[in-house]
Amino acid sequence: MNTYIRRFFYGDIPGQETGGSPSPQGPKNDWPLWEVFIRSKQGLDHKHVGSLHAADAQMAIENARDVYTRRQEGVSIWVVKSQDIHASRPEEAGEFYDPAADKIYRHPTFYDLPDEVNHM
Amino acid sequence: MSIHDLEKHFQDRIDAEIKIEPLDWMPDAYRKTNIRQISQHAHSEIVGMLPEGNWISRAPSLKRKAILLAKVQDEAGHGLYLYSACETLGITREETINDLHTGRAKYSSIFNYPTLSWADMGAIGWLVDGAAIMNQVMLTRTSYGPYARAMVRICKEESFHQRQGFESLLVLSKGSDAQRAMCQDAINRWWWPALMMFGPRDSESTNSDQSMKWKIKRKTNDELRQQFVDMCVEQVKLLGMTLPDPDLKWNAERNHYDFGTIDWNEFWQVVKGNGPCNRERLEARKKAWEEGTWVREAAAAHAAKKQKRAASNAA
Repeated sequence: MNTYIRRFFYGDIPGQETGGSPSPQGPKNDWPLWEVFIRSKQGLDHKHVGSLHAADAQMAIENARDVYTRRQEGVSIWVVKSQDIHASRPEEAGEFYDPAADKIYRHPTFYDLPDEVNHM
Repeated sequence: MSIHDLEKHFQDRIDAEIKIEPLDWMPDAYRKTNIRQISQHAHSEIVGMLPEGNWISRAPSLKRKAILLAKVQDEAGHGLYLYSACETLGITREETINDLHTGRAKYSSIFNYPTLSWADMGAIGWLVDGAAIMNQVMLTRTSYGPYARAMVRICKEESFHQRQGFESLLVLSKGSDAQRAMCQDAINRWWWPALMMFGPRDSESTNSDQSMKWKIKRKTNDELRQQFVDMCVEQVKLLGMTLPDPDLKWNAERNHYDFGTIDWNEFWQVVKGNGPCNRERLEARKKAWEEGTWVREAAAAHAAKKQKRAASNAA
């Protein structure tokens, strides 16, 4: 059975053909891919919502407005080229997050206090 | 880890309802199935704009025109959400679009039927979007994270599509005799093709088994189709119209409506490219892509020029 062990980075476009037919015009006309982050209202973080293609950052922001905020879903938009996103590796998640796994004393519920102690 | 272990680990995560994300290891066939399904779904949204586009300039009022425009715009957006979800699997946008244009990738056959009257806009909203929603609500829980998230966004917007369709038919159903006849005619033409949207019967569907195991799909074609029939039989009463199926009958034993046999010959003919509008739809897409070439090139050239200028200003 054929299996992929190759890694794909989020939003990254691998060079090799992976299922689609190559475009007759070649990939040279493909606008870069951008990841879109939207702040839904003042006071909240920007949150990843998806991606889109655009020739430059300004066009990416305008397209993001049309694609991701048709119903006033946002008050602020960030765009970043997908190729500039670096990600941790899922296959290393075990050891990567391991240092936090055995430190239950970092959580308030670790401490047993008498019921009379309020507001703590 | 050996391939066998990787596959077991993968299936264990699926069974434990843990979503699969783009960076995670996945079997080649899972990747391919998702690329096929998500890109076809994206193409359906994009091609689906064409039958409705036919009526934008002929809508009966400014209100209906604004609604139809907003709906078609949503469909473009839905196509884009899905193309971007598909790209996370390692296929480029141009490759997916090229697959559509060369006929390698399919789109929902429903869009190969013509829109002959204004009432078709209502019937499409009620029946076609209604059928799509049954499938899409299920897909909000699909195992591939980016697909599920795109579906959540789509479902939020899709409800307006179905409601405006039903409301539009409701208005016609209270109108003149000619309007009522137009309403019934649209329902008659769209009912069977809408039932075909759920795909072949479970006994003949080639993708169902593995897709269920991988939780790409969570309900079978026949389950969803039955759910849709049960729902529509009740709704059509509110319109004072009928569904064009003499075999529709409540079955107390099954607790579902029985319905007539779908013309599977017609279904396969349309899938194979011999529907009333297959050629026209594909040609419209190719024409749009070709005529947009200079825009894509000009925008890329403009961006390159601006970047160069910014670099020389900085130096």
